[in-house]
Amino acid sequence: MITLTHYLVLSSILFVIGLIGIVRRKNLLMLFFSTEILLNAVNIGFAAVSKYHHDMTGQMFAFFIIAVAASEVAVGLGLLMLWYKRNSTIDLDSMQSMKG
Amino acid sequence: MYEIIAFYLFSFLTIFMFCIVVFSKNALYAMSALAGGMIFISGFFFILGADFLGVVQIIVYSGAVMAVYAFGMIFIDTTRDVKEKIKGKRMIYSFAVAIAILLVVIVSSPLVSSAIVSQSPMIDGVSNPKMVGYILFTQYLVPFELTAVMLLVAMVAGIVLVSKKMDISLSLKDDFIAEDEFERGVAK
Repeated sequence: MITLTHYLVLSSILFVIGLIGIVRRKNLLMLFFSTEILLNAVNIGFAAVSKYHHDMTGQMFAFFIIAVAASEVAVGLGLLMLWYKRNSTIDLDSMQSMKG
Repeated sequence: MYEIIAFYLFSFLTIFMFCIVVFSKNALYAMSALAGGMIFISGFFFILGADFLGVVQIIVYSGAVMAVYAFGMIFIDTTRDVKEKIKGKRMIYSFAVAIAILLVVIVSSPLVSSAIVSQSPMIDGVSNPKMVGYILFTQYLVPFELTAVMLLVAMVAGIVLVSKKMDISLSLKDDFIAEDEFERGVAK
């Protein structure tokens, strides 16, 4: 029998994978991929809680997270294109103009 | 029984795909694996009875978001590996993992208790998409409208950010010539 704990453990495993990606990756596009993994991991947790507590709130929040992810991709890729036009690289180490 | 098999199959496949995303050096493989992982996650939603969420997951993530990323791939030469200077910071990785697990435990520990009151309970006999529409257009109407505004703002922002110098045809001429003409046009 699959319980809520199974889903929460899976969700945390996926979250950890995404977090490792965020820490490890130096390419901006790969960083966006890792962010998507984080958001999806949380979505699984929300949907599972929604089922096991017979409550629609979890699914509603999952919808809003999907909307946030979609707009994040639109704005993020726009900024990425702008940066690439200017510096012709999307490596994270090149973004040190704020370094004191 | 089928639920157990499906859960373990999908969880294995999802973790495998996302590991490819995180550890692959080829950007194209990473993107394809991410798209596959999104599809498998929608499988979880179907198991959990959230049919509408699963469909939205396939349409929005695997359809729209991955298509946008595919356009973003023009910045990366997919035949070559992504060059990254990855330093071996085992300490940071292990701390990140430990903190993430701790965070999940802290945030999800109240769920184990039985003191949770259902804010918008599911009604038996009503299908999931109907229930979603009912809750979304009554209880969550204001956030729904705000989300629509947010998506509009994001769309406008994306267009504005990317479409600078759109009035000059960059595709017909060399980029530098067109930029020179633009600069001269500004100077006039």
